[in-house]
Amino acid sequence: MTEFALILVSAVLVNNYVLTKFLGICPFLGVSGKLETAIGMSFAVMFVMTLASTASWLVQTYILVPLDLLYLQTIFFILIIASLVQFIEMMIHKTSPVLYQALGIFLPLITTNCAVLGVALLNVQQEQGFISSVLYGFGAALGFALVLVLFSGLRERIDYAPVPAVFKGSPVALITAGMMSLAFMGFSGLVKL
Amino acid sequence: MPALLKNLSRKLGMMPFGFHGGVEVDQRKLTASMAIEDCALSPVLILPMKQHIGEACTPLVHVGDYVKRGQKIARAEGYVAAPVHASASGKVVKIEEHRIAHPSGMGLPCIFIEPDGDDASETLEPWEDWAERDPGELRERIRMCGLVGLGGAVFPTFIKLVRDQRHAVETVILNGIECEPYLTTDHRLMLEHADEIVAGLAIIRHMVGAREAVIAIEDNKPDAVETMRRAVVAAGLEDVRVTVMPTRYPQGSEKQLIQAITGREVPAGKLPVHIGVLCQNVGTAQAVFHAVRHGRPLTERVVTVSGEAVPRPGNLRIPFGTPVRFVLAGRGLEDLNDIHIIHGGPMMGERLRNIDVPVVKATNGLLAVPEPQMSSMQSSEQPCIRCGHCSEVCPVMLVPNLLADHCRNDEFTRAEQYQLFDCIECGCCSYVCPSTIPLVHYFRYGKGQLAQIRRSEAFAEESRLRSEAREQRLEREKQAKAARRSRVRKTHAPAEPSDNNATGKEES
Amino acid sequence: MTQFVAAVSSLGAFALVAGIILAIAQKAFRVEGDPMVEKIDALLPQTQCGQCGYPGCKPYAEAVASGEADVNHCVPGGERTMLQIADLMGVEPKSLEEEAAAPMLAFIREDECIGCTLCIKACPVDAIVGAPKQYHTVIADHCTGCTLCVEPCPVDCIDMLLKPELIEHWAWPLPDTTRARLGQERRSQHAGAA
Repeated sequence: MTEFALILVSAVLVNNYVLTKFLGICPFLGVSGKLETAIGMSFAVMFVMTLASTASWLVQTYILVPLDLLYLQTIFFILIIASLVQFIEMMIHKTSPVLYQALGIFLPLITTNCAVLGVALLNVQQEQGFISSVLYGFGAALGFALVLVLFSGLRERIDYAPVPAVFKGSPVALITAGMMSLAFMGFSGLVKL
Repeated sequence: MPALLKNLSRKLGMMPFGFHGGVEVDQRKLTASMAIEDCALSPVLILPMKQHIGEACTPLVHVGDYVKRGQKIARAEGYVAAPVHASASGKVVKIEEHRIAHPSGMGLPCIFIEPDGDDASETLEPWEDWAERDPGELRERIRMCGLVGLGGAVFPTFIKLVRDQRHAVETVILNGIECEPYLTTDHRLMLEHADEIVAGLAIIRHMVGAREAVIAIEDNKPDAVETMRRAVVAAGLEDVRVTVMPTRYPQGSEKQLIQAITGREVPAGKLPVHIGVLCQNVGTAQAVFHAVRHGRPLTERVVTVSGEAVPRPGNLRIPFGTPVRFVLAGRGLEDLNDIHIIHGGPMMGERLRNIDVPVVKATNGLLAVPEPQMSSMQSSEQPCIRCGHCSEVCPVMLVPNLLADHCRNDEFTRAEQYQLFDCIECGCCSYVCPSTIPLVHYFRYGKGQLAQIRRSEAFAEESRLRSEAREQRLEREKQAKAARRSRVRKTHAPAEPSDNNATGKEES
Repeated sequence: MTQFVAAVSSLGAFALVAGIILAIAQKAFRVEGDPMVEKIDALLPQTQCGQCGYPGCKPYAEAVASGEADVNHCVPGGERTMLQIADLMGVEPKSLEEEAAAPMLAFIREDECIGCTLCIKACPVDAIVGAPKQYHTVIADHCTGCTLCVEPCPVDCIDMLLKPELIEHWAWPLPDTTRARLGQERRSQHAGAA
């Protein structure tokens, strides 16, 4: 049980995909303008990431390794992720047209979100058990959601601030992201697996 | 352990519950020891057609008519409204728009009366036997007498005095807090007319059928507490509790007072009656007594005329419609250079830019303060340093600095999410802000803009429905015409074209 | 060779399964019509004035939702409506082509009215009452100020008047401080981004 808790903490805080591994920067900057959009994106990524790591573990263990097809790993994983993204895109379009509009191009772009593929690949590399991999995928997604929501909150407030003209918009967002990353470095060494 | 004791003593009613936040303000009750005097009769009385919250009234008199004091001169329109009565006998000289005490500086239709000084009055039938009368009858009397809440909110009183099956009133609270600096009208009323206030309370209690009655007074008025306690005993109402509250602004605000006394919070967007509480100002209680017992409509009120710039401050009984300029001149204030006049208390009142406005039902104070004293308070706005004082003092537990940010940037949906409409505009946040940010002003701006947006949205929705209905109607007409045409063609095959044209013309 | 067959068949089988699931999902989550039209229509002021170049508010909403029209054509809605639509559509705001005029009301000078009912037919919200050969009048509470009735009138007896300001509808202005103005500048920069 402790191990599972440690996996979660490690995936959410210590090895946060966005702020320590620098994967998934594209939606992190792209959809963090508004809190509501960020939350919607977080849920979409959480769904895709958890299912992708689950499916990729199954594919790895029951198809790729027995058939000795490890060189097809990337193509298989991309196939899984792309199908999942298609699925969630249809679902969001049906359930929340406003969120669908707000996420715009970033929704199909989850397919090429390096964090999602990164989680799937790193997951199978670590050669953990099934439950651990699912948990790891979920934890990584939770970490992504956490920083995305925090960051969008910060950006909403920065939006009100009298920022010097040269720093307006993206520059000040990047500086903020950098400072958040520095802050998350404080978590390193918290968990020793 | 002390917390437990505190809780216990609160539950037993030995100690008030208090409310969140609030500030201790400089009291400056200059007029606390001055007896109520009658104000001289102004040569002209200007009575606005709306002195309450709700819809404006329609004049019942015409230019040249003779009116008596207490005669109804304007009819209430709609439910949330209170009629207007002549405040002196005399002649109606004109009916036209005139400035009123409103931050916009705009005007309202007003009835101008030139008093003849006879003071002929007209009252309704005095009811000594009010205790045997039906509450509905009493309620109608209070409505006809034009009573509104005299604490400053001017909400028509009769609306609150109702026996509702779903929300039975259990506790009546009489508000004698008067937490605004300078103001002493309620204080003086309690000292001089304690018996009338207690009688008013008895009538209110009879009307709503409340089990419990509380008179709340702050501990900076020990003499009023003493007088009220004696009056309660003298009236034989031993079960009425006179509670002493620690002095704290804005305790006199209805919802805060209810929380301080009962420990229960009025939910956002709800009324006190939803938690079984009725709150009335002591001045309103006295007016209820006069209306029921003597049949006297509301035509005058006690106003504190105070402030460092007034040579002779005092508590005056002023007939409605008396111009502010006349009142101030009567207290020796003629030269108005570098002086700010405030309508109401210094925390929630409005600065009057024009003092030819009349005293109305909402006027509880007229303050004149030298300009330097005011301008130091409203010097320029500095950036927020996020000290959090505003959140600490907010009695409704909002986050004023963030809320102001949203309002300033026109992010009204966000402001609404931060509960902008729960703000009671008490001014505590602006009072404590070290950066002198005009927080309440931002909230008023936000509320006004949101109200405008809501109005235009409602209008758009209504227009959409009307336009859709029109389209449907046109469609129906077209179909009906087509159907008739085909029928005509079928019945007499070689239909005369002139016939068809005629019907077509009529149609369109 | 077996390697190759295994690779192709496993990948093919997997893709087939994924494809079937997606096909089922497509059926299950089919979106009827375009829900954005309703949402955009709800943001428009419903004056039905046609100043956007479309016959009414609903047609304009349809055009915006399909990407056919820009977000900045609604004149009476002004900057606020434009920003809301841009926000909803997830596109960059565009500056308005025309400034919104102050809200107006149509007013019929009754002694000049000949009772031709042409204005009644032109009014998109049925805000004019009257009968043939009788005086017509505008119901002020329902008039959207679209000016569509002015042109059909053969005797030019319809005036557009400024909507009277009511004391109940008065709203506090923004405090007059430097920081308050900064907030407004930010807003107008957002609006004029394009």
